[in-house]
Amino acid sequence: MADVTLVHYGLGNIQAFAHIYQRLNLAVEVATTAQQLSAAQRLILPGVGAFDWAMARLNASGMREALDDAVLNRKVPVLGVCVGMQMMAERSDEGAEPGLGWIKGDVKAFTSLSDQRLPLPHMGWNDVLPASTDCLFAGIDAPKYYFLHSYCIVPTCDADALATANYGNSFVSAVRHDNIFGTQFHPEKSHNWGIDLLRNFARQ
Amino acid sequence: MLRPRIIPCLLIHKGGLVKTVQFGSPKYVGDPLNAVRIFNEKEVDELMVIDIDATRNGHAPDEGVIASLAAECRMPLAYGGGVKTVEQIERLIALGVEKVAVSSAAIADPDLIPRAAERVGRQSIVGVMDVKAGGLLRKTEVVTHNATKRTGLQPLEFAKRLQQLGVGEIVVNSVDRDGMMQGYDMALVDSIRAATDVPLTILGGAGSLDDIRQLVGRHKVIGAAAGSLFVFKGKFRAVLINYPDRATHEELYGG
Repeated sequence: MADVTLVHYGLGNIQAFAHIYQRLNLAVEVATTAQQLSAAQRLILPGVGAFDWAMARLNASGMREALDDAVLNRKVPVLGVCVGMQMMAERSDEGAEPGLGWIKGDVKAFTSLSDQRLPLPHMGWNDVLPASTDCLFAGIDAPKYYFLHSYCIVPTCDADALATANYGNSFVSAVRHDNIFGTQFHPEKSHNWGIDLLRNFARQ
Repeated sequence: MLRPRIIPCLLIHKGGLVKTVQFGSPKYVGDPLNAVRIFNEKEVDELMVIDIDATRNGHAPDEGVIASLAAECRMPLAYGGGVKTVEQIERLIALGVEKVAVSSAAIADPDLIPRAAERVGRQSIVGVMDVKAGGLLRKTEVVTHNATKRTGLQPLEFAKRLQQLGVGEIVVNSVDRDGMMQGYDMALVDSIRAATDVPLTILGGAGSLDDIRQLVGRHKVIGAAAGSLFVFKGKFRAVLINYPDRATHEELYGG
């Protein structure tokens, strides 16, 4: 049985995640059907894409219902990455489609959070400031990660913010609500800081 | 703190890795996958891979090669070369490339940029402009197809146009400085930085870490890309893949 199941709905870097887990000697499975999700122990929802397109692809994948069931009823640990995390919110400034609604809150355009004239997208390596170091960031010293985004999540509940980062203003760079985790940055493309975080997720 | 990005740029020619001088005389420097593995160990900020044959020969991107590079990369990967359609851009992103670069297609089919951004998001679309001085007055203009076609477009106007079309990054590549290792075109950088709001990456001319230090010292958050600097060592240009270690990297921008 796979330690980690990658939800392959057509977006995001499935192979980079798979590669990292294989090197960590963890069993990884790529799921393209609802049936594969029914026995999953941990899920990763990757994503590189625009919000509406990502939601449309996920909704059309045939996996949406099984995914909701795994995360909300079976309480399977899930990690959303980049737009994969943004989809967990209720809505996004980037699109019109409703989000998954697993995390209360919206995805906002960076431009609406700051009146500073900053180059956008926020692109490159930035420091991540964890509010808690007992789950994803356990044992990671001075974490920094690669970001590539123009939108960011604003959780309704402050307690759901697992980490922040600064770009003009402080913004939420990782979320956690019970079994639901998300990172705005790309752990699969962030060298050892990312590999350590993905190993930590596999222990949840 | 958001750091400047220091980016090795790898050129693919006939399946191997090469380094050019002013876009000509490609010298074989190794195997692309092996280079990615070495750059993984050196914890580079991100990688740029350009297939210099694709557009010129009318080939589509080699998805097999790109997929193997993307899966191996433990840092973000930007790919350019032969990209013409939204479908290609979508497939490259699905293969694990974070950013897809368009150059000649952005001129032939400007609408490609907003159409692709609707699917993959604007953060993943890079507009590359190769610039070269030409004509009697040596005026700098945008060129395409490996610098074999002149466009008559002024770099500053084209940069603004790329931003307006919705790219998430602009790469400015100086043909005249390629492989010369004599420094970046700082005047061109200044003018484009002042006129645009998207992340900017400069390629062409870096010959030493001092050139990078000068660029990031002046512009703080900027992409400093280089080919020769990270694949050659010494005045005889011995092939040796290299990259500043973590302490040197931080020292370059006072981090």
